[in-house]
Amino acid sequence: MFDFLEGYDLWGAFWETVKLTGLSAVGSLIWGTVLAGMRVSPVPLMRGFGAVYVNVVRNIPLTIIIVFTSLGLNQTLGVTLGSEDFATINFRLAVLGLTAYTAAFVCEALRSGINTVPVGQAEAARALGLSFTQVLTLVVLPQAFRSVVAPLANVLIALTKNTTVAAAIGVAEAALLMKGMIENEAQTIAIAAVFAFGFICLTLPTGLILGWVSKKVAVKR
Amino acid sequence: MNSVLYDAPGPRAKQRNIIYSVIFVIAVGLVGWWVYSALSDKGQLDWEKWKPFFTDSRAWTTYIWPGLENTLKAAAYSMVIALPLGAVLGIARLSDHLWVRIVAGTIVEFFRAIPVLILMLFANEAFSKYSDVSSDDRPMYAVVTGLVLYNASVLAEIVRAGILALPKGQSEAAKAIGLRKGQTMRSVLLPQSVTAMLPAIVSQIVVIVKDTALGGAMLTFSELLSTVSTMSGYYGANVIASFTVVAVIYIVLNFILTTFASWLERRLRRGKKSTGAMVDPAAVAGTAATGAGGGGGGIGGAV
Repeated sequence: MFDFLEGYDLWGAFWETVKLTGLSAVGSLIWGTVLAGMRVSPVPLMRGFGAVYVNVVRNIPLTIIIVFTSLGLNQTLGVTLGSEDFATINFRLAVLGLTAYTAAFVCEALRSGINTVPVGQAEAARALGLSFTQVLTLVVLPQAFRSVVAPLANVLIALTKNTTVAAAIGVAEAALLMKGMIENEAQTIAIAAVFAFGFICLTLPTGLILGWVSKKVAVKR
Repeated sequence: MNSVLYDAPGPRAKQRNIIYSVIFVIAVGLVGWWVYSALSDKGQLDWEKWKPFFTDSRAWTTYIWPGLENTLKAAAYSMVIALPLGAVLGIARLSDHLWVRIVAGTIVEFFRAIPVLILMLFANEAFSKYSDVSSDDRPMYAVVTGLVLYNASVLAEIVRAGILALPKGQSEAAKAIGLRKGQTMRSVLLPQSVTAMLPAIVSQIVVIVKDTALGGAMLTFSELLSTVSTMSGYYGANVIASFTVVAVIYIVLNFILTTFASWLERRLRRGKKSTGAMVDPAAVAGTAATGAGGGGGGIGGAV
């Protein structure tokens, strides 16, 4: 029944999707945390930068960002991200675009998590004489992270689905393979079912596991 | 603005803030300078490349406006079709009958777990194989179908969350005065939950507008993003200028929508007649994390 799969590297394509997701997730977690730190920092200029970044990036379609990394950054400005190979360049550009976009959502999730930490915690930390950086990194952020596991899981799931946009600049991941297969093979519905199943396999466990984790690590108040 | 994270700045803190600001400005300035020199090296800042958007009205009438029109049309069609579908699915998920619940739940969770692009690619191929939609109209049909399938299920979750967010007393009171299930839903729960859902629905429009760009990149749908390549071809490789103009249009359009959504939310929360129930868009935007939502707020769904 699934003979049409022969000759196609289905595992390879989904592995590419997983790699894109993983690398962008790590990148956007780091950049998003830095942005969230900026958005709550005492320096007005940094707060402004964080707010502008989040509001601008959130309102641009991811497709524009990804296509821009290829057409604008690579082909017009000659950014290669330290690689000569066409496929590697596009992969890295896609990770860059996904990271820049997802970080805005991570930042907003984290900021809402920071708001769930009771005022007394920060006040107590300040009373001990901790500086802003210490208050944030030692007291507030660890608690904020634990309370935003579920929203971050939603961001991660959205990111997993968003990696398909990388097909627009020719990264050989699942959506691009599906586009190719659907043009060459007759079994449209079966092909769509295979890819739908693949994505359900990626997103469903993420939601369930992280949902369980979020209950486990939640700070009971 | 005051925060619990730091004290109101005294003289030393003020000095420190100024130092940090200066360092930050220098860092941003360096990055800005690097971008500027990279751009001017490639001649992307020449007035030639930006001129069409300011002096040539054809740039707007022949390229940008038709693209924007298609973007808005696709978004409007998707919203209009997805909203009633989503309402039906959302209410079906709350049905008393197990089978209705299971079927509606499966449909919703299935389409929420699949990338919109996959749905669009499938719809495009399905229309070309099993229908006689002309190949000119097909991209639009495919984009709208993909968006409807995905967003109907997201809207279903918004509707469900909106109804569940109402105070329990509402349906109890309806039951007490002898209303039937259908009547309770139609005349008590739905009208009230609409106010709770409104901000989340408006934020979902932003997601739809952004997702139409997928059709331009992958399905030859001539929307706003796809005008970039034709435009920069016509005006002499002004890629950066074209991207900037198109991105600014998206940003302005969506910023108006997000601002409207948060204004609506603030207004509804304040309103005396409302029950104060509100749907958090972040909790329904993802997928399959059923019941894991809650906590957090303010993030619109990603693409």
